[in-house]
Formats: sequence, C-alpha cells, structure tokens
Amino acid sequence: MSDLRDNVQQEFLAEAQELVEALSRDLLLLDEAHQRAERPDASLINEIFRSVHTLKGIAGMFGYKHVGAIAHALEDLLDDLRLGRLDIGDPLLDVLFDSVERFQRLLSLEDPQSPEETPEVDAYVAIVRSIGNQPASDDGDPLHRYAIGSAVLSVLTEYEEHRLRACIREGMQLYRLRATFDLTAIDDSIEALRDVIRDDAEIITYLPSLEGGNDESIELVVLLASRVPESELKAHFEGQYGAVEAIEEQTHLPTIPPQLTSIPPGTQSLLPQPEEESGQASLRSVANSVRVDIRKLDDLMNVVGELALVRTAVGRAISGLDGDPKYKHSLRELDRLGRGFERQLAELRTRILDVRMVPLGQVFSKFARIVRQAAREHDKQVRLVVTGANTEVDKLIVEELADPLMHLVRNAIDHGIESVETRMRLAKPSEGTLALNAYHKGRNVVIEVEDDGGGMHAQKLRETAVSRGLLTAEASHDLTRQEMLNLVFLPGFSTNESVTDLSGRGVGMDVVKTNILRMGGVVSIASEQGIGTKITVTLPITLAIIRALIVKVGGRLFALPISAIREAVPFSQQDVRTIQGRKVITMRGETLPICDLTPWFGLREVEHQASRFVIVCEMGNRELGFVVDDLVGQEDVITKSLGQTLSSVRGFAGATDLGNQRLALVLDTPALFSEYFSSSEVQPSMEARA
Amino acid sequence: MTFHTLIVDDSSAVRAFVRAALEAEDFARVQEAETGFEALRLLATNAFDVVIVDVNMPDINGLELLAFIGKSPRQQGAIKILISTQADGPDAKRGVELGADAFLAKPFGVDDLRTLIQGLVHGRQEVSG
Repeated sequence: MSDLRDNVQQEFLAEAQELVEALSRDLLLLDEAHQRAERPDASLINEIFRSVHTLKGIAGMFGYKHVGAIAHALEDLLDDLRLGRLDIGDPLLDVLFDSVERFQRLLSLEDPQSPEETPEVDAYVAIVRSIGNQPASDDGDPLHRYAIGSAVLSVLTEYEEHRLRACIREGMQLYRLRATFDLTAIDDSIEALRDVIRDDAEIITYLPSLEGGNDESIELVVLLASRVPESELKAHFEGQYGAVEAIEEQTHLPTIPPQLTSIPPGTQSLLPQPEEESGQASLRSVANSVRVDIRKLDDLMNVVGELALVRTAVGRAISGLDGDPKYKHSLRELDRLGRGFERQLAELRTRILDVRMVPLGQVFSKFARIVRQAAREHDKQVRLVVTGANTEVDKLIVEELADPLMHLVRNAIDHGIESVETRMRLAKPSEGTLALNAYHKGRNVVIEVEDDGGGMHAQKLRETAVSRGLLTAEASHDLTRQEMLNLVFLPGFSTNESVTDLSGRGVGMDVVKTNILRMGGVVSIASEQGIGTKITVTLPITLAIIRALIVKVGGRLFALPISAIREAVPFSQQDVRTIQGRKVITMRGETLPICDLTPWFGLREVEHQASRFVIVCEMGNRELGFVVDDLVGQEDVITKSLGQTLSSVRGFAGATDLGNQRLALVLDTPALFSEYFSSSEVQPSMEARA
Repeated sequence: MTFHTLIVDDSSAVRAFVRAALEAEDFARVQEAETGFEALRLLATNAFDVVIVDVNMPDINGLELLAFIGKSPRQQGAIKILISTQADGPDAKRGVELGADAFLAKPFGVDDLRTLIQGLVHGRQEVSG
C-alpha cells in the first residue's frame, strides 16, 4: 500500500463512511417494513447488498482486513436474502444492525489490521455464518419458458436473473423497450425514463446494442417487468420514446395484437424534461457529482475575499484619476465594469456557499439506528418520526451537530419516554414518539428534538440546583418556571443521581449548550409534565458567513458576531460603579460587568464622544457588556484568518473586508469572555448575579 | 508504451486505487467511468488499450458492457479485464464466456494489476507478431 498516496486512502475512508451510513439508513427502512409485516422492496435489499459488497471490495484493497472479513460474511448472507434463499427475521436484522457500529469502529482504528480485534471479529463472523442458509423452493426455472434470447441471458448477472424469475413468479409480464439515446444526455434521459417507469414496472437491466447507434447516440434495450397491460405500456412509451415489445411465453402461440393497441400515443407528456427531473432521486445522480474536501471550499472562499480586496484596490487606483476630464468616459465605463464585477463576486460567494450545504438527513440517518438500539436496551417502544430531512445546512455544522443531537436523542429515550407499562397506565399509546424536525427559519436552521414522554418537573430541577450549591435557596424563589427548566444547562447540574431523579435531562446538557453556542446557535427547552419535552436548537445556516454588528472603537472598525449579542443600550459614564475591582453597571436591577474596549485594546480615546453604547453579550450563563464608541450597522461578513504569525493573538477570530476600502477585525466573543473573566486584576465574582 | 485505460466501477475508491496503481511511472493513462452510461460515452469516442470493468454495477452491468465492447469495432484492440469480489460465482464464468481476457478478484494489489496487464499485452504481441 505504500505507493498509494494519502488522498487515495482518504478517498477510501470517505466512501467507506458513506457506504456505512447508507447501510444504516437502508437497514432502518428494512426493519420498518419487517415490523409492519410487509414484504420489503427488492431494490432496497439489493441496495443493502451492494453497500456491503462494495465495502468488502474496497476494504480488501486498502488493507482493512477486519472490515473486509465482516463485510464478506454479511455479503454472503445478503446475497442469499436478495436471491430469495433466505427470509428476513429478527436475528438477521440484529446482526445487520450490529454490523453498522462494528464497521464504524473498525474504520476509525489507527491500525486497520490490529490483531487485537481478531477474536471479536471472528466471533461475530461465526454468528453471521450461523444464521445460515435456508433451502430455496424450486419450482423449475420459469426463464426457459420465455423467448428472452440466449444473448440476453448470457449477460445477466445472477441477481438480475433472480429478479427476472421473481417477477415472472409474481405474474408480471416481461417487455423489451428499445430506444435510442443521445450519449451526451443519456444519464438525464435514463433518469427521466426511470421516473416514468417506476410505478408501472421494474427495470431488470439495460443492454447497450450496436444497432441503430453511432458516435453521438446509442440504442439501449431495456428489459422490464410490469403488471400494466401491453396496450397501456405502448400508449405510454411508443412514439414518445421507442418501441415496446412483450416477451411472450413460448408455450403460447404468437398472438395477434388486440385492436385496442391503437390508442394514440403521446396523448400526455410522459417523458418529462430532464432538467426538471434530474433534481429528484438524488441517489441516482451521483454519476454527475464529485467529492470535495471542505477545506478546498474554504480556500475558494478565501480567494473570493482576496478578489474583493483587489477590487477595492482597483477602485482606489481609479479614484485617483477622478476629476480629470480626459478620463471622464473611461471612468464611467470602469465604474460600470466595477459594479458588474462586484455582482459576479457576490454570485460566486453564494454559489460556493451553496456547495457547502448538505441535507440534515445525513446526520438524522445515524439516529435511526441509535433510537432502535436505545429503545431495545431500555425495553421501550419508540417510533422515530423525521421531518425536514432535506433541510440543508453547512457541512461543518452537520458534522459538529452529530454529538449534541446524539445527547438529546439519547436523553429523550433514556429518560423522557416512559416504559410500555407506565404509558399504558397513563392511557398513552404504548409506543412513544420521538420526533426530529428540521426547517429553515429566516437565516437560521431550526432543529427540534421532541418526545411525548414524561416531561420535566420544574420544582425538582430547582431543588436539585439548590442542593448542588448552584444557586442559593433565596435566589431560587424568584425563578420563573422557564428559568427552572433552564437550570439543566448549568455546568455541574447533571450527575448520575439526577438521571433517575429528574428524567436525566441534565446529562451533558451544559456540554450540548456549549457546543451549540460555539457554532453561533442557541438552544431552548419547552416541557410539560406528563406530556413531553421539546428541545429546540437554532443554528446559522453557514459558518462561512456570519452576521455581525459593526462597531467603532477608538476610531477603528470591529465586527461582533450577532449570535452572542443580547442587546445594545446607550452607555453613560455616570452609571459605572466598581465592585471588587470590576467595573459594573446596573441594568433592570441586575449587576452587569462591563469591559470598555478602547483601553482594553490599548486604543486612544476619541475625544468628545457624544453617545457611547454597551453591547450586552451572553456566553453560557455569563453576561458581559462591551463598551463601544458607536454602532455602524449589521453586515454579513466572511472572516479571513489573521495568518500564522498572528495566530497567538487572542480575542480576534480574524479580519473581514467590509467593502469600500474598510477593514474590520472580527471579535472572538468566547475568547474575549475568558480573557476578561480570567484576568488577574479582578476577582471572579460573576456568580453574584444568580 | 503508455496504455490508454478505462476503469468502469461505481466505487470511487476502486477507481482512485486503479488510477494510482496504473498512472505511476506513466505505465498507463487512465480514464474513469462511474456508470455504464458514462462508459458508453467514453467508448464512443476513444479507442482503449485496456478496459477494466466491475461486474456488479447498477443499471448496465459489467457483463453487458463487456459484450458491448466485444462487438464494438472501435474497441477491437482492447484488453478486457473483469473485476468482481465474487471470484468463483456464475458471473465470473459468464464474463469469461463473453470474451473477457482476464478475471481479477477484488481485493487485488497494485502489482497484481500491473503484472496482469503486462502479461496480457505480451501474450497479444506474441500472437500478432
């Protein structure tokens, strides 16, 4: 393997990860069908087989021995399943679900060949093998009864042959559809054809033929099985697309086509425009997609930033010519071109952002398996309902979101949803519902984790917080119900004991909140005792662009991310008091520490500053007011890093170009908070607020 | 000579592997196709020295593609290699019947592939020369 470059290895890991995620998603669908006692879709089983099959192939080539061994054992099992030699049952589903976690763990190993793993892998493979074969019923090969032709039969894979048999056994009629496709647009045309056929027929395979084709086009023979009468299929496809021909059973005499086949073809538009259709069925459109490292997109975004700077510099150079009548016409033209350039630049920025977007379904699909497992561990019945899986959000956010959401989902099942007996006693449906909802709201994406379990007991939360010394008994009396619920976000609130006492909502909730805050998001709780709990996470759609408040400090511009800002109020020097070495003001009866950014940044005071402002920011459970000279306005900014040499300077996330030759430093609010509260000249006394 | 090679496989990792394996030291120039449809497009305008095809692909499978290549006048000089994880299944047997020059079971190594191609080219040259 040594001669394979790193990025080839990366390619493997990326694909393996995708395959395992697809496997996880498809298994859930399979399980759902099984629970409803439905016969699962043949194409679903084949997809599962294909994921494992491909994984096995690539794992071997890249030296992931254990992954390969497990995939190999599962492949045989799934092959039996898709070829109808094995039936789906709970033991089978269990080993399949089990495999997902094993694959994920084995793919993350430093040493993919590690001998330590061997006993465990061997034991699992033995279990898989023990599920074994069931003899298939054999009622003679129906294929021979049909005039499919040996040339066609010789190129079918074992699976395609099996599907052909299965379709015949189910009483479907076989057809040949002959059509010529333009090679440049063949993927779109096939996609369109597939969409038309989907409900009416199963496509067994596509056979390319040399007849009727040339360099630009090719004839395909599509072998399909359908329950729709021949006349209807012909009406569907003939003329519009190509010729449809039924493949007769050979025991029959050639039949004279019924008169009814003369229904005029093409009475409705059966072949939609490829442009409209290619957006659907995204699984199939992978042929036209590429995988890109997100860092490359960051690089591109940086180039856009650089271009904006160049544009500014060009503008400055041009403005030097202003007022010279000689250049009047050229200047007007340059001005027009400059604006056109800016428009294109904005467009480029939007397009790059668009590429970063992925559907939240990517992370939701992981939870399907977790819900199933957690429910089984606790002997509860939980139905997962997902809405808005197509809601798109920045890839980086999706990655960062997985862990916090996992906490929320686990909490909801472990401690929110009641046991079957309890639910029956309370006259609730025995099956609890866990809903994952996602939707866009303005510039944000909202994700809700909602359960119909026992809800949270606000008074108990308050008692616990007091008993843990997180707030005084006196202070706790003034809390509203909502404030009591919010206590779960306090660091130190959650302990093992609280898990059983209080529906365990404290488990890692402070971590969840911190993670969400780091992404510039907020998290809130709504809970009704006995009815359920809803945790709402609101996040920006992208991290690449942030909404910022532009402020002036000491005559310079700074950008403060809006996400951390609670409010901005006029500042008056008379209101400032000093408590324990810290400057504070009183707002609505509460003490707010303030940090005057002008001296803090070592800048010179601007004289005769008429009205200054306090920007009240919130981070975790702390508040801090930043005193600034002036508010300029809100803008979307792209943060450019300050580079290696300045990376040690704390308090700044980077710089941004505001256009019109204005540059601003972007403040790193969490860093400023920790700098301020850890600074030696003042005593940490913030908890006094609570 | 540098072999003009087409790899048809729906796994991007396999394609990347084959490309890295064959393009080292200019052994081959590799073009990739993710689907049978993409392969048809490339086959219509290029004459390949080597075509490597995965058996199990959605839609147009590797066997169908192989049969097509066998009949295509432009690809008469091509060495056809089938790859699949199921080395002993009926699909492999069919591939050989359809005129595959070799069947390579996944997983295979860099050297397996290069040695195989060299051997096949050598064999052809002896026959034709």
